[in-house]
Amino acid sequence: MTKYIIRRLLQTIPVLIGVTILVFSLMHLVPGDPAQIVAGEGASEQTVENIRERLGLNEPIPVQYGTFLLNAVQGDLGASVRSGRPVMDEIGSRFWVTVELAVYATIVAVIFGLIAGIIAAVRHSTFADSGIMVVALFGLSMPNFWFGLLLIQWFAIGNWMPESLEFLKMRPSGWGDSWRQIILPVLTLGTGGAAIIARMTRSAMLEVIDQDYIRTARAKGVSEQVVTYRHALKNALIPVVTVVGLEFGGFLGGAVLTETIFAINGMGRLTIDAIRTRDFPVVQGTVLVISVIFVLVNLLVDISYRFLNKRIDLN
Amino acid sequence: MSEETVNQPVTAKRVNPRVESYKQFWRRLRKNKGAVIGGILILFFIVLAFVGPWIVTSFTDLRPNATDLTNKLAGPSAAHWLGTDGFGRDIFTRLIFGTKLTLYVGFFSVLLGGVIGVIFGIVAGYYGGRVDTIIMRLMDVLLAFPGILLALAIVAVLGGSLTNVIIAVGIFSVPAFARIVRGSTLSVRKLEYIDAVRALGASDFRIIFKHILPNILSPIIVQASLRVATAILTGAGLSFLGLGAQPPAPEWGAMLNEGRQYMYEAGHVALFPGIAIVIVVLAFNIFGDGVRDALDPKMKK
Amino acid sequence: MSSQEIILEVNNLQTSFNTDAGEVRAVDGVSFKVPKGKTLGIVGESGSGKSITSLSILRLLAKNGSIKGGEVLYKGQDLLKLTEAQMRKLRGNEISMIFQEPMTSLNPVYTVGQQIGEALKLHQNMSKKQAHDRSVELLKLVGIPSPEKRVKNFPFELSGGMRQRVMIAMSLACDPEILIADEPTTALDVTIQAQILELIKELQDRLGMSVVFITHDLGVVAETCDYVAVMYAGQVVEYADIRSLFHEPKLPYTIGLLNSLPRHDIDQEKLEPIEGNVPSPYNIPTGCRFAPRCPAATDLCRAKMPALEPDEKGNQVRCWIYSEEWDGEAEVEIYGETRIAKGRGSKTVLSD
Repeated sequence: MTKYIIRRLLQTIPVLIGVTILVFSLMHLVPGDPAQIVAGEGASEQTVENIRERLGLNEPIPVQYGTFLLNAVQGDLGASVRSGRPVMDEIGSRFWVTVELAVYATIVAVIFGLIAGIIAAVRHSTFADSGIMVVALFGLSMPNFWFGLLLIQWFAIGNWMPESLEFLKMRPSGWGDSWRQIILPVLTLGTGGAAIIARMTRSAMLEVIDQDYIRTARAKGVSEQVVTYRHALKNALIPVVTVVGLEFGGFLGGAVLTETIFAINGMGRLTIDAIRTRDFPVVQGTVLVISVIFVLVNLLVDISYRFLNKRIDLN
Repeated sequence: MSEETVNQPVTAKRVNPRVESYKQFWRRLRKNKGAVIGGILILFFIVLAFVGPWIVTSFTDLRPNATDLTNKLAGPSAAHWLGTDGFGRDIFTRLIFGTKLTLYVGFFSVLLGGVIGVIFGIVAGYYGGRVDTIIMRLMDVLLAFPGILLALAIVAVLGGSLTNVIIAVGIFSVPAFARIVRGSTLSVRKLEYIDAVRALGASDFRIIFKHILPNILSPIIVQASLRVATAILTGAGLSFLGLGAQPPAPEWGAMLNEGRQYMYEAGHVALFPGIAIVIVVLAFNIFGDGVRDALDPKMKK
Repeated sequence: MSSQEIILEVNNLQTSFNTDAGEVRAVDGVSFKVPKGKTLGIVGESGSGKSITSLSILRLLAKNGSIKGGEVLYKGQDLLKLTEAQMRKLRGNEISMIFQEPMTSLNPVYTVGQQIGEALKLHQNMSKKQAHDRSVELLKLVGIPSPEKRVKNFPFELSGGMRQRVMIAMSLACDPEILIADEPTTALDVTIQAQILELIKELQDRLGMSVVFITHDLGVVAETCDYVAVMYAGQVVEYADIRSLFHEPKLPYTIGLLNSLPRHDIDQEKLEPIEGNVPSPYNIPTGCRFAPRCPAATDLCRAKMPALEPDEKGNQVRCWIYSEEWDGEAEVEIYGETRIAKGRGSKTVLSD
């Protein structure tokens, strides 16, 4: 087990290096002169030259990458072109907004997905099963940004709402402590993931239910409930764990769209604004931070999966 | 026994087993409701994408970019089935003209990502060793950018246009193909007959194309169908963010973006393009699910 | 035999499965008796319905299976008429079962002790502590070394033979009246097989339970059983005490089976396999199900299915040769052995 953790940690290092190389390259792959981009379009030749000097753009590319990596490890991701502030400061509190959003969305996806998946599996081949699976298929096929727009129309604008339901009215934008601001973005982001987890849980449960050890449990005289929840579910959850990690990462990325719709001041919106204004140091910074978190979460999931799965691995 | 009776059954039985297995697959596919409905819907959208605009322009005065500011944000009516948008353009017409753009993004990005991914996957699975390690680490790096982020970063570099969306979504699809194809290649390569063919002196190229590729076609088809669904969603998302198709192109994601501004006064502008996306994506998802079930003998009781 | 107490009696059991290709009658006319404290062997080729029979007794069929008819009398009570809740009280308590695949029959996420203890807590209201202590005892009983340690192991930490011992310990937890063992040794190495068989026999002697032993191996039957029910294509075709079956098999199929077995007590020129194949459940012959392969089959055999009829000793056989209606020779030659037919038909039609 320890050996596995060490090996897995070592495997992560080249991936992280690859991620930094790719993010570093962003700036250099953009058509045009990086110094010009940083300086902005109207800048004088002297300014551009100064920036080139200051950012070390005259150095050979490998040296530039080395500097970039060294700085990044120390938390220095350069400065925003637009505001001149360090990228790290720009990200600052926005980081936690996005993480909070993704965590809530994960919780919603896991709870709804698990419950729906278990019901569908337990009531296999019934109306409940087909109903849940159709809804899940829709959830999977729906652009979540569109779903977000619908939610805003229904529950934030809510022209249809009778007065008695007005208390349910949500806020169409922003992020804060109020549930009125949190529920809609979290649902927007989490629904697709819930659909994926529901499908996954159902098929895992159905596979487990056919196993010999389930028959053994029945032969012992335990009730169907115990069979389902004690014997089957614990086994079925193992493959679902991996999906949860992937979903969390997907939510970090997907937050770009959700934050745009709900005008939430998180990392996703920062990224989009930076792309629009060609503020590449900020783009690099947010992409790097999100990816690194994603890689680390997956590392954790893999290790815990392995830990759970060690009992299943026959050899 | 006469010569005839000896020869005839032999020639009659000479069916290519591969053709036979495709036939069997086809039979099972036709029995799968999801695959049939999904397939028909996909065909319908393909026909609509190419014939629809022609029908609209031939039989009506409606044009996708014809503005009518006196009649903007009108609700559905006999003249404008799905109403008009903020410029008074007919939403129904725009949706029909946009079908092609949506399918383009779906098909071409998956084609691009599929070809690259399959090559990577086969090479990694077939040769193994260091080549395998390098390719798969590279795929891990691409997979380290969650969800739409990779496509977003690529579009950020290339600039916003439909072609760049196709490239970005294509690259975004590469790792999924590479992983699945590598796994299948590994299991096929282990089969004894591959050793036998190699012992007969077949070249790697020949083994890959004649013996491995046909055997791993099924997971590729399933993956492609499901991937088109994801690609359409991702492409629409990029256009929605203003990083894809540029106005006035009637791309569905871009239409949603425009409709966003009128949410308070005219909800339908943002409603219908979304429904269109859902139906197309649903078609590819149920088709992919159906093909997978038809191919998977485990699902058969 | 009639003097003995019968603990389990199955009469004309019928079990069907719903498949894509329609309804399949996997078990169609199974009858046998298990005397208290004795071992009944159910033998048959794979697909003859012996496992389905055992699962039907405990009503543990897969979702697409259902029992269509017959009776399963346990201490005179028809199990098929019990409610699911009543049935659960019997399972693992009075009637327990061990399965063919020890590798997959234990739940991978629970320890051995938890899995043995589950039945104890359920049926005997034991506390966690009591169940644990009893589990250790049971592991010792089935011959597992250092049971105090093993009780905390997960199944993946045990070998196949060990796991089957755990399965046996689990099935014995509540001192059952009947143990149904469904090919308990098939998946194991030969040396382990012998150990497990020995263990089951020894435990039976010690605990006085009845055993239903399902196997395809006549050698195992000879070593372990008191009575044998031979199954063919979903039916019991011969039921006899072990002596009669091996010394004087009546049914052509049984004779054929024994003939195809290597024996040490007589000189054999060569082993003779039975020609042909077991009929597919989708295409069952109308008459006697063995008729297409039977060397003595007549038109009667091919047209009408014989009933399972008792003889003077209480053994039973499903064959026209031993009925009044027999339309073949008076002396029938089967795989080199001769049997005297009971009835003498008016015609003496010789069949191939």
